[in-house]
Amino acid sequence: MADATIANTTNEPRKASGSAVKEVLGYLRRNPALAWGIGLILLLVLFFVFATLQVSSFTEYRPLSVRPRLPPSLQYPLGTDTQGRNLLALNALGLLGTLSIGLGAGFIGVVVATLLAFIGAYFGGRIDAVIRLVVDIGLSIPTILLLVIIAIAFHGLTLWQMALVVSMTAWIRPTRIIRSQVLSLRERAYVEVARMSGMGGLEIILKELLPNLMPLIFANFVASITHAILASIGLEALGLGPADNPSLGTIIYRVILYQGIIQGLWWWWLAPIVLIILIFIALFLISVGLDELADPRLRTTS
Amino acid sequence: MTAPILQVRDLRVQYRTPRGVVQAVDGLSFDLYPGERLGLVGESGSGKTTAALSLLRLIKPPGHIVGGKVVLDGQDLLALPEEGMRHVRLAQIALVPQGAMSSLNPVLLIREQILDGLRDHETGLSSRAQTARVNELLAGVGLEPAVAGMYPHQLSGGMKQRVCIAIAISLRPKVIIADEPTSALDVVVQRRVMETLGKAQEEIGAAVILVGHDMGLMAQFVNRIGIMYAGQLMELSPMKPMFQKPLHPYARALIENTPSLAVKAIPRSIDGSMPSLMELPSGCLFHPRCSYALAACTTERQTLREVRAERRVACWRAEDIAAGAPANAGAATAAGALSPDAAPEKIGLNA
Amino acid sequence: MTALLEARRVSKIYGEHRIGRPRPVALEDFSLVIDTDHPSITAVVGESGSGKTTLARLLLGLETPTTGEVLYKGHSLRSLGASNRHAFRRDVQVVFQNPFEVYNPFYTVDHALEVPIAKFLSIRSKQERRAIMMDALAAVGLRPNEILGRYPHQLSGGQRQRIMVARALLLKPKVIIADEPVSMIDVSLRATVLGNLQQLKDELGISIIYITHDLATAYQISRNIIVLYSGSVVEAGDVNRVVPEPQHPYTQLLINSVPWADPERHWTPEPSRAHPMAAGPDACKFANRCPNTMPRCIEHAPPLYRTEPSRLAACYLYDQAPVSGPDGLMAAFGRLDEADGAKSDAAA
Repeated sequence: MADATIANTTNEPRKASGSAVKEVLGYLRRNPALAWGIGLILLLVLFFVFATLQVSSFTEYRPLSVRPRLPPSLQYPLGTDTQGRNLLALNALGLLGTLSIGLGAGFIGVVVATLLAFIGAYFGGRIDAVIRLVVDIGLSIPTILLLVIIAIAFHGLTLWQMALVVSMTAWIRPTRIIRSQVLSLRERAYVEVARMSGMGGLEIILKELLPNLMPLIFANFVASITHAILASIGLEALGLGPADNPSLGTIIYRVILYQGIIQGLWWWWLAPIVLIILIFIALFLISVGLDELADPRLRTTS
Repeated sequence: MTAPILQVRDLRVQYRTPRGVVQAVDGLSFDLYPGERLGLVGESGSGKTTAALSLLRLIKPPGHIVGGKVVLDGQDLLALPEEGMRHVRLAQIALVPQGAMSSLNPVLLIREQILDGLRDHETGLSSRAQTARVNELLAGVGLEPAVAGMYPHQLSGGMKQRVCIAIAISLRPKVIIADEPTSALDVVVQRRVMETLGKAQEEIGAAVILVGHDMGLMAQFVNRIGIMYAGQLMELSPMKPMFQKPLHPYARALIENTPSLAVKAIPRSIDGSMPSLMELPSGCLFHPRCSYALAACTTERQTLREVRAERRVACWRAEDIAAGAPANAGAATAAGALSPDAAPEKIGLNA
Repeated sequence: MTALLEARRVSKIYGEHRIGRPRPVALEDFSLVIDTDHPSITAVVGESGSGKTTLARLLLGLETPTTGEVLYKGHSLRSLGASNRHAFRRDVQVVFQNPFEVYNPFYTVDHALEVPIAKFLSIRSKQERRAIMMDALAAVGLRPNEILGRYPHQLSGGQRQRIMVARALLLKPKVIIADEPVSMIDVSLRATVLGNLQQLKDELGISIIYITHDLATAYQISRNIIVLYSGSVVEAGDVNRVVPEPQHPYTQLLINSVPWADPERHWTPEPSRAHPMAAGPDACKFANRCPNTMPRCIEHAPPLYRTEPSRLAACYLYDQAPVSGPDGLMAAFGRLDEADGAKSDAAA
């Protein structure tokens, strides 16, 4: 039994990178939800790229940059608002801003959730009871109420402060979901085998449980992003959005504030709403697609 | 000689997976006579469960029945439209499934589950008649009337399985297919369930196909045994001759492999493992592991043919073996020898 | 001389206190000393609910007894110091029932072998570790190049279980607790795994506790047998005596129910059962199914009688025999050492 044989077979299950791409594409064909979700995100990216190419300068998102109240035209594909902002520039930057908040808050949310979930599951006892209590209370309080109170306390939020504020509620539900899955996985036979092999509690969580939880954590990451974006748009529409950077919800706030609907400036409110809808549909499809991916039965064939 | 109640001819079932097509059942043919008990034996991957479920047309995509005929009392079940098949299921051919745990609806009373099938087929039973029928069925399987008012979780495994038997016989079908009905049960309970099944079967005059892998159970229950390997029927013989002198090498190995309370020794194991259904050997499917194989076995597959009275074997050497020919020299050595596996076997479908 | 592993009057009761109903007793007043000086295979046979899996988990320290102690080298498992605990995990290994769930699907099967090596054998070089893994796999008859680097789902149940046996012997333990090791494997592969276990005893001197509901395989590989019913020992002793001539009515029922793969031997008709009587909490657990129930069986459960030098049975039918003490099982099994020879352990 030459070493060469062993080397060959240990390489066998790990594919070369070329066919990994093929595998991913093949999988996407079988998982239409995920494929369409990613497709929509790519569409949004394309929109942003188009804006970059078309707009003469992104600074036109600021008021008094161009002539106000212009309907969509070749020069201004999304028209302009009552204060002279180029809506294409504004929407493109707003898209970026909203997605940044979503990603930032979503990331913080899922990291906090994972930490709390593991701490609770590992230590058990009082610590776990406290975490459970906080989560249960948090779940019963309406998020928007909580966030409005927090946002008002800060005067004039920056984009990143916004993300931080919103992340304060994004971790609540994922904590519960991840924690219950950790507790359930803890009872698996391979965890007992790991104990028999001399592994300690923390080691088991990190080496045995965490890899298997990655699909769930990622799915919760997407959910967290969705929650964050929803919450941030809500706050922005109420006028509590970031003052420095554009975001989609703030556009809606201004539409209401400056009576854009009554004035018939349909292009003003249509663009951000379409973008928001596309974002949510994309996130929804991705999470549906991830559900399928996280199913252990599917993992064996991937 | 009475006419068979069920005739299966050249049944072929495929599973279409992203990796390719798997031939789970390949050309299965046999007859089943009224009142008879036929055993269908095989290990996992042999196709026995797929075959049994095909008779009821319970195969769903990615599984497809791609050929053959299943003639029940003159009617080809594979040619029926789905609506027609629904009428046939339970009324003419019934299933006692494996794992009663998951076959009974946990939120319905036992009474409701028994009546479910009855209502679909026998319309217009008064409420009193229904209760009487339920109690009659329960008594037939040795359960008290009180069971009708219970939920599945209140019953033990053996009792649940007996409820499944009661449901299966409720419309007096001609054929009952029992798919490993006792696999999760203790030896003591298993015996009781099998005796119940036997009694119930005799009362309504049905034929039974018992699917399983426990040769001991087969010896206690069935009249004839069919042994399947990798989707094909290798031997079909009456029970006693099968055990006293199995003719197919795989059948021989399987019987020698059965542990017994009379022998204090580990039985021989069979070299190698069942081939992956996606990479079947050429010629006879068993030849890589066969200690009687000849050169012809690697190229040509033998079909099931009558070697002795009532005995059908798919093996070139069946006559030789019947006459007492020994295994090939240098073939599988002394029992207990640890034989390294051949190619690692993929977990196929649980056929 | 302290035994390596001992269960001393161990009981396990599950659940919270309930009003009006007694809590379910999984295992009651069980004592066993595992003798590692004379390696042997002891079968623990029982149906589901008999307590055999509970016993396995108690011996492995995965659960703590409600009363009584499990002792490793004389120290209770409850209060083992860190170094003793480490030694315990090395000396007492396990083979679980389910050959799929015991593998972490995220890793290749190598992981299951690498972890114990890393934890217990301080081997620095990767080559040495690999060599040990390959030796262990070869010892159970597997070809390492077909096993290493593969994921669990790429291997058969039989292979996976043999890897677990390889894992168990890696650390050269003194005791292996095998909890239904072959019940989830194909029939034709069982013989190989059982052969592996027997080899472990013969060649490496490892004592094995073989827990199963399958009397036939228990008979084949073990020397001693313990029959559990509803948490209590009903019969125990030399397997060559117990199986051909069972004494306890439950053992008799069990053996009569095993389906023989022999068309000449049919299930013998069961003796008619006495009408089930309401049994008190102290009654013999088998009283309401036993054909020989007497009034005293309902009042108080019988003790274990030493019916022969190497047999015990808990039934008033044998009340002429002396009552065996708490070390009864040990004494019954111990007698076999005098007649120790290849005859009862021969593999065919």
